[in-house]
Amino acid sequence: MKLPLQGAIDCDIHPTPPGVTELLPYLGEYWRDQFVNRHIDKLGFNLTSYPPNSPLSARPDWRANSGQPGGALELIRAKALDPFGTRFAICNVLHGAIALFNEDMAAALCSAVNDYVAKELLDREPRLRASVLVPAHNPELAVAEIERVASDRRFVQVLLLVMGDMLLARRINWPIFATAEKHGLAVGIHAGSTYRWAPTPSGWPSHRIEDYVAQSAAFESQLVGFLAEGVFQKFPKLRLVLIESGFTWLPSLLWRTNKEWRGVRAEVPWIDRPPAEIVHEHVRFTLQPVDAPKDDPAALARTLEHIGSDRVLLFSTDYPHWQFDGENALPDGLPERTIRRLLVENALETYPRLRDGADSSDNTGRAEEQVP
Amino acid sequence: MNIPVRETRSAQKFSFVDGDIHPAFRAPSDLYPFLPARWRDHLLTFGEHLRQGLSGQLAYPRMMASGMRADAFPEQGPPGSDLEMMRKQHLDANGVEYGMLVALSRGGMEERNLDFAAALSQAVNDWQIEAWVKPEPRLRAGIVVPQEDAAFAASEIERRAPDRRFVQAIFSPRASDPVGHRRYWSIYEAAERHNLPVGLHSAGFSGGHPSTGSGWPTYYMQEHYAFSTAMQSVVTSMIFEGVFERFPKLKIVLIEGGFSWAPALGWRMDKHWERMRAETPHVKRPPSEYLRQNFWFTTQPIEEPQKPAHLADIIGWLGWDRLIFSSDYPHWDFDHPRHAFKFALTDKQKAMVFRDNAKAVYGLQ
Repeated sequence: MKLPLQGAIDCDIHPTPPGVTELLPYLGEYWRDQFVNRHIDKLGFNLTSYPPNSPLSARPDWRANSGQPGGALELIRAKALDPFGTRFAICNVLHGAIALFNEDMAAALCSAVNDYVAKELLDREPRLRASVLVPAHNPELAVAEIERVASDRRFVQVLLLVMGDMLLARRINWPIFATAEKHGLAVGIHAGSTYRWAPTPSGWPSHRIEDYVAQSAAFESQLVGFLAEGVFQKFPKLRLVLIESGFTWLPSLLWRTNKEWRGVRAEVPWIDRPPAEIVHEHVRFTLQPVDAPKDDPAALARTLEHIGSDRVLLFSTDYPHWQFDGENALPDGLPERTIRRLLVENALETYPRLRDGADSSDNTGRAEEQVP
Repeated sequence: MNIPVRETRSAQKFSFVDGDIHPAFRAPSDLYPFLPARWRDHLLTFGEHLRQGLSGQLAYPRMMASGMRADAFPEQGPPGSDLEMMRKQHLDANGVEYGMLVALSRGGMEERNLDFAAALSQAVNDWQIEAWVKPEPRLRAGIVVPQEDAAFAASEIERRAPDRRFVQAIFSPRASDPVGHRRYWSIYEAAERHNLPVGLHSAGFSGGHPSTGSGWPTYYMQEHYAFSTAMQSVVTSMIFEGVFERFPKLKIVLIEGGFSWAPALGWRMDKHWERMRAETPHVKRPPSEYLRQNFWFTTQPIEEPQKPAHLADIIGWLGWDRLIFSSDYPHWDFDHPRHAFKFALTDKQKAMVFRDNAKAVYGLQ
């Protein structure tokens, strides 16, 4: 169904990552020389997870005339913002820099991407917000990048990939979470892999569809990691957002971890209450893709009952990825109360920085419900 | 945490098929009579050669008594090694009509030396018959095969298939490659030809790949959770590789991997298959159709929603004909047949989950 109101907050859109040539002005002299001399500026830096011509990577009507996914600003305005009456949209720029092994080069490119995003997207379109791209495989450099851009409050979360060098919740990465929490930034984990490891526990699948389906299991693994490692006990204000993760797998995770916790809590004594309660408080999921049967809206409604909270979903179009058709960004079967929460209120709770100036720009007429 | 369950009229006569019972060696020497001298010497000299950093122990130590029921230790040997105790504590006490043996140890599924793996496989299969099924006809054996040598595995299935005391082939869901890969197809061909299901039991390290796409987790809690994500990759791989187009009658039993994830995985596969069909034209039907036609799931460790009726939704979506009750005796997270389900099953549902589904899949009389 279509959105019932103006002013929704779209928590996942994908501007086209800038090419290295576009990033050169944002790079220091050393890296400019390196990229030009080594012809690195001619490389594409496309992540393997999102081949540009694949049907999943862009809806046919969300492609530019060139056929490329429609991630330029004018197309974002025309296709992603205007038709949905979007109040804010959070840009997740999936630049291939994060898959480089060279940590310094990755960090330099991440910084350049973030500066490019601020100048070329956020400065030019006030409805846009963004995630900070960081080299997660070096927590020290990742923290430095967060600190560098944190004063720009249009950056609302730290962006990590669901499959990388190691499970994100491991203690070596905790400085990233400490820094995010300190600055009121959510931590967002997006689908995709740097392919450091096989995407499944039994190795490398043959087909891209298998890799994509396997993303949800990767999100499960990350989420169970955050629970088991005690990240939310250490960082009680931290908000974790799973982006393009799907969410219909969540009930099974809640039931399984609740039961496991009863059996293994001596191993992880810092888990002080049923994991489902921790998830309800700290973890959010962007809406698209909605992995539910399209001919049985009741199944989705039941699944939301199984999830047991209408605070966990955040509206997203996943523009320009092909997850739905037309303007039907909402699946059938969602209760009205859930729709209201997921379009606006849940995002304002999750991303404190979106509340900056909320009083003046609010056009939902329900400002009193927005701050918990 | 256990809610008392209403006893039914027929409680005294209640009997069921147990889809997952683990037999153990009283001592490593139990296997020696079944191993050629060459491989007995090899075992004693070099030991098993696995893809893990610790030898002779699990890298994720279990929570309780090596992962065993604390009350299941016989006077000598580990739990599951004493047939008398198994009878007294489980087969007789709980009313097991048939019990499916899943021999996890030393069957060659995880061994890197493939010749050794073949010898271990044959030895464990002989041992199951001699030590367990001959003295206790309620038990049924599983042909344990080393999947990485698919040619041998197929030949072992061929060799054992005429012996009806073997009711399935068993190997690791965490192989060196996703199990739908063609290198494993000769196993499926043999299994389908003999109408033997393939049972895949959750395992830790077999193929050497970490249990997540982001490497190894820290805690046993995570490793235990990964049993369910590993099973998802089994389903996805077999369907998208087209295994069931090639072997439409193949039956896959997923043992100890959970099942409440399955409907959502079916929805996810269907949704994205629709977009991506051009990549896998050999997948003719919506993936969830294969899921509901070619896969069965054992129940233990059964998921426990706060509202027990939610599990009935899941089973309704999956199909009551897909579930096979299992206890996992003598492991620590044993499910008791009378207490596993926290909501009332109809007589028909009960008959399916506790008896009829297993009998149909395994061809039991």
